[in-house]
Amino acid sequence: MKRTGAQIIWECLVRQGVTDIFGYPGGAILPTYDAMLDYPIRHVLVRHEQGATHMADGYARASGRVGVAIATSGPGATNMVTGIATAMLDSSPIVCITGQVGSKLIGSDAFQESDVTGVTLPITKHNYLVTRAEDIAPAFREAFEIAASGRPGPVHIDVTKDAQQSSCEFDWDAALPKKPAFRPDWSAKPAEFQRALELINGAERPIMLAGHGIMLSGAMDIIRAFAEKANIPVSPTLLGIGGFPASHPLNLGMMGMHGEAWVNVAIQEADLLLAFGMRFDDRVTGNLKTYAQNAKKIHIDIDAAEINKNVRVDVGIVGDLKESLEQLMPGVRPGDRAKWIAHINELKGDSAVRDIQNLPDDGHLYAAHVINDIWRATKGDAIVVSDVGQHQMWEAQYYHHDKPRSLITSGGLGTMGFALPAAIGAKLACPEKEVWVVVGDGGFQMTMCELATIAQEQIDINVAIINNGYLGMIRQWQEFFYERRYAAAPLLNPDFAKLAEAFGLEGRTVTQRKDVIPVVEAARSSRKTVVIDFQVEQEDTVYPMVPAGADLDAMIRRPSPSPIVETGADVL
Amino acid sequence: MITTFAVYVENKPGVLTRVASLFRRRAFNIESLTVGHTDKPGVSRMTIAVDTDELGARRLEAHIYKLVNVLRVENITAQPAVFRDLAMIKVAASAESRTHIMQLVDVFRARVVDVAPDSLIIEITGTEDKIDGLLEVLRPYGVMEMVRTGRVAMSRGVRAAPAQPGEPAIAAAADNDENVFHSV
Repeated sequence: MKRTGAQIIWECLVRQGVTDIFGYPGGAILPTYDAMLDYPIRHVLVRHEQGATHMADGYARASGRVGVAIATSGPGATNMVTGIATAMLDSSPIVCITGQVGSKLIGSDAFQESDVTGVTLPITKHNYLVTRAEDIAPAFREAFEIAASGRPGPVHIDVTKDAQQSSCEFDWDAALPKKPAFRPDWSAKPAEFQRALELINGAERPIMLAGHGIMLSGAMDIIRAFAEKANIPVSPTLLGIGGFPASHPLNLGMMGMHGEAWVNVAIQEADLLLAFGMRFDDRVTGNLKTYAQNAKKIHIDIDAAEINKNVRVDVGIVGDLKESLEQLMPGVRPGDRAKWIAHINELKGDSAVRDIQNLPDDGHLYAAHVINDIWRATKGDAIVVSDVGQHQMWEAQYYHHDKPRSLITSGGLGTMGFALPAAIGAKLACPEKEVWVVVGDGGFQMTMCELATIAQEQIDINVAIINNGYLGMIRQWQEFFYERRYAAAPLLNPDFAKLAEAFGLEGRTVTQRKDVIPVVEAARSSRKTVVIDFQVEQEDTVYPMVPAGADLDAMIRRPSPSPIVETGADVL
Repeated sequence: MITTFAVYVENKPGVLTRVASLFRRRAFNIESLTVGHTDKPGVSRMTIAVDTDELGARRLEAHIYKLVNVLRVENITAQPAVFRDLAMIKVAASAESRTHIMQLVDVFRARVVDVAPDSLIIEITGTEDKIDGLLEVLRPYGVMEMVRTGRVAMSRGVRAAPAQPGEPAIAAAADNDENVFHSV
């Protein structure tokens, strides 16, 4: 059947199972927008194209399906760059569609022309410049395949206006992606699995470092079975949170720069690291020269280029995490690590008394309290989308995630402004789930225009602004490393509650701890999005902290409170 | 250590940029990159020389394979292979010096491809070392201009890249042409 290029785009999206798309129209993509009205796909009109990419990203991370964003040429496309880079570093499958000026005009500096495939080349898994209607369907089918397969990531398709307008025969079956070119078989051989098993079964002080790969390969059950069988304690990376239940006795809590102190010490003392679906980011290793020197290392990653990138490993297994663990499982011997686990528990004792939850109520509102109360109110069952900064680390420390894909955050790129739009995407992907945004006053103002999107699309999420009147993490670094010279850190903020009301949403302001739970509960029962301005302690600090480039166990610790108040397990 | 890759790619717009951009963004320094057609229509071959260690080379290979348009990567550093570079050197030549220069050209088995009243163009094919050697002895006469292709390389014998995954590589043929590698 004959179709215009614009129609083919929607034919392809419908066949790929796309039901929601996030975008913003413009001249070079108008033919496609015109055709959109005839297809059963919900279009969410964003207020900035960066928001569209984050929404597609949040949609993908919440559901595991490919998220789709669409924008026009030139500025529309370049506005997407931050969102594409965010998805690239966090291995999130999104497809970004942009219009391009007519193929005859390319290279002429036409109105709203930019070499956007040149721009996105290093921040996508692959990109396409499509100049003929005939090439649209093959590009789209291949793009979805590339975005979702292997190590997922963003794919960008730039379609010229004349390709959208001209017609050709549309044949979905003929557009089947061609068989991929030769790729060497780098999957682990039996000998490597054997070597891994020897290390695992022989280890006295093993620790499992569990990353985003758990979610991406759907390895939650086998990771748990593996840890329980071998009795190996587990520490998630920031993006690994939720892949292994926080309430599980073997879950030690997060590692890294703001990870739990006992975890960082345990990693340095371990004799075996099981790095599963993680990539040894500098934020989790600290100084590479002194990182886990006593430990043998087994690294499982689907991306061969990750093996031996930052940390030299003893066994590198290239492959899908779930499949690799299924291979290893039969050979794993039940382990008795009672001594090792008892030792880690001793390390914990010290930290528990430093915990902010154990500080006496001094009338101040602390961000950690707010986040912990949201966890209690939601019974840990919400999808939390956190932004970037201090609140992100407190979220990771004080909201205990038991379920996969329940924490969505920009880990690799650290994109401020990510949370609000990503939460919109997450809510559309999982309408039955309660979605909370945890965002700083700085990051919120980077993408707060999307409140209008929320109002227009009648989306019910809740927004907790952790408002300390500073770019908090900047202020913390300046406190520690720049002699408290607070250059460009203080923020003069609008009244966020009134702002929310101006957008037609509900707004609340909270300054006392006693008000946190009631306001959170009221927000939960409201059918509208509620923006809550939590005005927290201004100069609060995330502890512990490994200074950038320092040894992992050389942490700045919270000064111990005195007298020591009761400690207790943080359970619901 | 200089590592040499032979990379087969689909001959599509932008493929050279994709490969070159990969090296740049992963902070590997390209010593030399050449690209040209192969005997197969639609397939180009690159020879890329890069300064890295063994683990770096392995990671690079994995990265190159992640590019969709790449068909095959061969690290030929450790294989018996013929490496060649072609240079054209324009050197100042007066009536007196011309004979001397032409003698040097003979010694290096290079060729004079253009003679002008005050200069010669010399064409030389060989390993980078050989070309550097000729350049060294020509410098006193006054090198006016030079252009080099950069390294091209091919593994020796009948060993060819298997066309399909799983198809075994043909064993390298006996290495009987000792002179090829050690010119000059």
